[in-house]
Amino acid sequence: MEDMHEVIREYVINEYVEDDTEVTNDTPLISGGIVDSFSMVSLKRFLENKYSISIPDDRATPEAFDSVNKICTLVQEFIG
Amino acid sequence: MAYSDKTRGMYNGILSGLQEAGLFKQERFIHSPQAADIEVEFPSGSSLKNVINICANNYLGLSSHPDVVKAAHEGLDSRGYGMSSVRFICGTQDIHRKLEQMVTEFLDTEDTILFPSCMDANAGVFEAVLTKDDVMISDRLVHASIIDGIRLCSAMHDTFKHSDMDHLESKLQLHHDRRLKMVITDGVFSMDGDTAKLDEMAALCEKYDALLFIDDSHASGFIGKKGRGTHEKYGIMGKVDVITTTFGKGLGGASGGCVSGRKELVEMCRQKARPYLFSNTIAPPVVAGVIKVLEILSATTERRDKLEKNTEFWRKGLTEAGFVLKEGDTPIVPVMLFNAKLSQDVSRDLYQEGVYAIGFFFPVVPQGQARIRTQISAGHEIHHLEKALDAFTKVGKKYNILGKTKQEIIEMYGM
Ligand SMILES: Cc1ncc(COP(=O)(O)O)c(C=O)c1O
Repeated sequence: MEDMHEVIREYVINEYVEDDTEVTNDTPLISGGIVDSFSMVSLKRFLENKYSISIPDDRATPEAFDSVNKICTLVQEFIG
Repeated sequence: MAYSDKTRGMYNGILSGLQEAGLFKQERFIHSPQAADIEVEFPSGSSLKNVINICANNYLGLSSHPDVVKAAHEGLDSRGYGMSSVRFICGTQDIHRKLEQMVTEFLDTEDTILFPSCMDANAGVFEAVLTKDDVMISDRLVHASIIDGIRLCSAMHDTFKHSDMDHLESKLQLHHDRRLKMVITDGVFSMDGDTAKLDEMAALCEKYDALLFIDDSHASGFIGKKGRGTHEKYGIMGKVDVITTTFGKGLGGASGGCVSGRKELVEMCRQKARPYLFSNTIAPPVVAGVIKVLEILSATTERRDKLEKNTEFWRKGLTEAGFVLKEGDTPIVPVMLFNAKLSQDVSRDLYQEGVYAIGFFFPVVPQGQARIRTQISAGHEIHHLEKALDAFTKVGKKYNILGKTKQEIIEMYGM
């Protein structure tokens, strides 16, 4: 089974990082300026497709998406 | 009323923070009409200095063209100064509609609606034509006014990496289930002077059934053999669904903007776009001036041809002098200095040498990409450009950056 943290971290790097900024599971993504709150939607849609879940808009907040760890916690909740 | 010392202190704290961070913007007062040669008071209170302007968006040299000034005078005499009304109450004259029809023809679209500015056009258009069932997919380097317009719109929003067509395609696939998809880009990007890959974008939009939006503010009037814009350059005239552009740059430089494109989309703007509904449109003398500009540009391509020659001369001259430039073929020619302080120092020294050009650095451009952005005009004569090249060369020598690579400059001055 793929490691969810690794899958999400890799997606974030490919999608948002255009230089050699390092991204760990704790790196602040939105408050750290790596993921612009605007572009969060593709991350949300990626997670929904990948894990066959649906994350309601009021849960897909910049806070809940602010690190790979936080995102994993959120996704786990919906996977149930 | 209750503007307490505490409130005042709070703002003063924010403002001095900007000053300390080197982000405090200061105006320079120009005492002459906008042109290649201008008279500038800078710093405020100092005596006037004659300098060559190479940082205006006056691409076609029409800002103070005698025929345009005359047309504006005539417009003032025949249609008055102001409208004292928004368009749909009693603020529309025959010349407003005439200008809309002329823009439609010039850009080869179906219809056009004027806005007080292109900032307003971009602020209003998305919300007027899209809903929450739709998605906007924008290049990550689009102009601030587009970002604001996107923020004001309820449609879903996503971005693609700058000019990365594979990334754009993956986004079109990801959002295949939306009612409408709109791909959004600048035609010419104002900081780097590069153009969007519109031929490829148009093909992707065709393939994935998406609308194509371009902001051609830095292209209208001079990009393409007839100067119609980036869509002409890439051979997709008539295929762009929405074009926004400004009359505040190449097209006379006064003010005003428009949304031009599919007639239903334009009509949606007339019914729903808030900056159109709730703000006065372009004043009559300016409308008369822009009409003259379009007449001049439709009659001859002389000015855009001269701009093209001037740009070639300028790029070649700077390259031969040994500067690092951003690649491109538009009149926006960024001279790369990488270090923020160096860009400020070079700009200051150029001014001493009689050349007015501004240094740009983070956050206006990415960290480590500070530059002097030069902008060429059909209003420049070769002697202006020669003099400016001499000044650049002299200053470049002083800082020992001529013939140096990006790495060497960064080693000397840091990012
Ligand atoms: C790409 C782009 N769009 C829109 C605008 C705004 O134009 P206006 O001055 O008409 O509001 C600008 C001006 O800076 C621009 O560069």
